[in-house]
Amino acid sequence: MKLNTNSNSYIIIYSAILVVIVAFLLAFVYKALKPMQDRNVELDRKIQVLYSLNIRNLDGAEAEAKYKEVIEEESDFMGNELLIAEIDGETLMVYGMKGMGLWGGISGYMSVRLDPEKGGFSVYGAYFNHESETAGLGAEIKDSQEWQEKFIGKRIFDEDCKHVVLSVVKKVEDPECQVDCVTGATLTSNGVDEMIKKTFGLWTGEYDLDMDESELKYQFLKSVLTGSDISDAELKKMIKVKKVEKE
Amino acid sequence: MALFSKQNKEVFTNPLNLDHPILGQVLGICSALAVTSQLKPAIVMGLAVTVITAFANVIISIIRNTIPNRIRIVVQLVVVAALVTIVSQILKAFAYDVSVQLSVYVGLIITNCILMGRLEAFAMQNKPWPSFLDGVGNGLGYAMILVIVGAVRELLGRGSLLGFQIIPDACYDFGYMNNGMMTMPAMALILVGCVIWVHRAYFYKEK
Repeated sequence: MKLNTNSNSYIIIYSAILVVIVAFLLAFVYKALKPMQDRNVELDRKIQVLYSLNIRNLDGAEAEAKYKEVIEEESDFMGNELLIAEIDGETLMVYGMKGMGLWGGISGYMSVRLDPEKGGFSVYGAYFNHESETAGLGAEIKDSQEWQEKFIGKRIFDEDCKHVVLSVVKKVEDPECQVDCVTGATLTSNGVDEMIKKTFGLWTGEYDLDMDESELKYQFLKSVLTGSDISDAELKKMIKVKKVEKE
Repeated sequence: MALFSKQNKEVFTNPLNLDHPILGQVLGICSALAVTSQLKPAIVMGLAVTVITAFANVIISIIRNTIPNRIRIVVQLVVVAALVTIVSQILKAFAYDVSVQLSVYVGLIITNCILMGRLEAFAMQNKPWPSFLDGVGNGLGYAMILVIVGAVRELLGRGSLLGFQIIPDACYDFGYMNNGMMTMPAMALILVGCVIWVHRAYFYKEK
């Protein structure tokens, strides 16, 4: 019997069956591979965190083990990732950052060390990632280790811990806290700049932080630093627990 | 019919030379430009396209007599889209870093003109085995160009191949610099143009 493959009912039944088969197939593949994909995403996150701690070129099990060794605590602060790491006896904080580049989202991790000489905190290491910046230009924020290393040692807050001074600028005037833009990628660099300001602005109150949060920050840091030789008064001075005046 | 009859061999080798999808027919160059800034994604993309063309060809060829003529393109698209999604999921599970590099381009294999071209022009009229060979041949032809362009761009643009540094540090000390232009898509277009020129000048014979 020769089927009439051009009749309407045949077409409708044919497409319905085809779609159902394909749907089941895809659902099955997705379910079967999901655990592995999740593991990969998680591993990728850990590798990025390690990059921001200047531990580069590890992969797979090595990175997994190192991450376990260095990271002491995972928490979050007002929706941003915040990890506590310990390297060579020094306590470091790793901040997760999210922002907008030129063509899509950018993200990154920045590890911060206590540095009383530089207004409380300075950068220990940085790593940035992007979704769709231009290769060779904006993508350099991820690809160029050299550029990421420019952040190391930069000061983050001003004297009063009121403003974020760490910035990415076209022309460096204050090498203590400014980092040069990626050449040819001003807009992506501006995105990085804004992302940094937004992340650390949460701490200074520039981005709607009130007394409670500031107190919380103090309490949190205090608990993190238990056992280190920084005195309570010093710590209080460094982060200025006081009501932030809105400008 | 023998598995490797003369006819079948031609089906396989033609797309590698005379009917080369990129060089002869200039199909599918859009993705060829985007994923070739480094060698590794280029190889993976080439393999992915080869696998997808081969299996899409086989599947379409098996069901070719049942496909209603009026919705054949839709059916082809559904088959290709399903395969592409599966490949993309597999990449995410087993080669995560590559899948990040390829990002949207794996998904865009769906719209690769080579695929639709082979399905419509070959698989709809031929038996599964020749269709499979045709798919593999076309996929490899495509992969070949990707690998050539990817290798040149990575070598000149980054001084490395597959991520390993090839150009010694001594050269950089003498003032050699990586060509940043090479990492941009525009150079891929120029390189593909050069490859097509060489191919037409030395290997291509008019039928």
